[in-house]
Amino acid sequence: MDSFGSTLWSSVGKKVITGITGLALFAFVGVHLVGNFTLFLGPGAFNGYAHFLESALHGWLIYAFEAGIIVLFFFHIISTFTVAWTDKRKARAIGYKYGKNAGGKSRKTFSSISMIYTGILLVIFVIYHVKIFKLVDHELIGPDNVKNLYKVVVTGFKNPLLAGGTTVLMILLGFHLRHGIWSAFQSIGWANDRYLPILTKIALIVSILLAIGFVALPIYLYFVGDPNAVAGPGGH
Amino acid sequence: MSDQSDKNGMTIHLKIWRQARGASQGNFVEYTVNNVLAEMSFLEMLDILNEDLVKKGDEAIEFDNDCREGICGTCGLVISGVAHGTHAGTTTCEVRMRNYSDGDTITVEPFRAKPFTIIKDLVVDRSSFDRIQAKGGFVSMNVGSAPDGNAVPVPKEAADNAMDAASCIGCGACVAACPNASASLFVSAKISQFSWLPQGDPERTRRALLMVEQMDAEGFGNCSNHGECEAVCPKEISIQNIARMRREFIKAAFKG
Repeated sequence: MDSFGSTLWSSVGKKVITGITGLALFAFVGVHLVGNFTLFLGPGAFNGYAHFLESALHGWLIYAFEAGIIVLFFFHIISTFTVAWTDKRKARAIGYKYGKNAGGKSRKTFSSISMIYTGILLVIFVIYHVKIFKLVDHELIGPDNVKNLYKVVVTGFKNPLLAGGTTVLMILLGFHLRHGIWSAFQSIGWANDRYLPILTKIALIVSILLAIGFVALPIYLYFVGDPNAVAGPGGH
Repeated sequence: MSDQSDKNGMTIHLKIWRQARGASQGNFVEYTVNNVLAEMSFLEMLDILNEDLVKKGDEAIEFDNDCREGICGTCGLVISGVAHGTHAGTTTCEVRMRNYSDGDTITVEPFRAKPFTIIKDLVVDRSSFDRIQAKGGFVSMNVGSAPDGNAVPVPKEAADNAMDAASCIGCGACVAACPNASASLFVSAKISQFSWLPQGDPERTRRALLMVEQMDAEGFGNCSNHGECEAVCPKEISIQNIARMRREFIKAAFKG
């Protein structure tokens, strides 16, 4: 029998890695969305939230979190890339000329076949939005020298290309999660004939809600947001 | 029957994959079969075509078949783009010509996957399944006289689930239909059927690890949870077995 390492990197092991990292990233996306909703409340709430994240545990919380996210992305990407790209191409060198979808009980959808492509686009988006929002100089405001992240974000989304591009990508995130959420439970073995129909329905509903939430932000900021808004009394 | 077309039968056009023995490449050849009756099975229609070919001095089209009643798992063709044809829950030999109309064109391809090497025309080598089975798709026990029926209690649901998994006939349609050419449904059915039963318990760790290891060694792809396998499976085996295989594998990995 193989070592634990090669067991981990076996076909089933890779699915388990994909499922666990996928669920963790899904949880992160949910928390991220809730945090982003402070943008609707104005600069005080959003800058305050960002300041809390950056200063919690003397700044170590955010570093630990970021390191965790990078590790999750790393394993999620390499495990899925081997499954949906390299293993797949090796296992069927000559394809069908007249292949069709089976229909019926199949769960093959646009979501499931486009996972790797929506995934690649989302990775590019993640890196880009970190670059333009986080890795830039922020104006420091208020007595506590709080970063004015609100101004950077709202100014960014005043650009129709960024607002439009983000809208499209967040719809793709919805498609990624529509297959990803239930598939993750199947991949870690937490599914059976009773739970599968429930899981697929929950995945559909949750992915639609998350996509709506993430699409609402760039649209709201593009049309309504004011980059120079100042916080009310008590805010930063 | 008074209908004129029924008397003469249907005319069916076929595009069939032909590949010489030992060749690495093949091509589609077009055939037309006349006087096809609605009562015929798909394989009987191919038999008639082969008789015509042999009479003309051509080589017959090779295709696997044995019991012709859907229980042996020998037959397997991709008919009109779907493994075992577009009707759910049937093997290739159970496909009937009444599902087709006069003048239809039907494409016939072999099951395609790297481990399923084409031997000739539509016949593929599925011995990879046998090697996976040999790694753990069995229970080892001393068989003496028949045990008392109530000696080993098995809950009804467990027996049903085990039987559902055990109905796998090893035809390989799951691999053929999988966009990734994964054998997960086959292997999971073979692991899962014993996982429900007390008789399968002593060897469950070794079974899960070794059968998955052999599946990977044979060069099958990995699963993306598309569920095409369940849709084409002639025994309608559920992908819940794949989830169960993963649970068995995780437990086994920690036990080592």
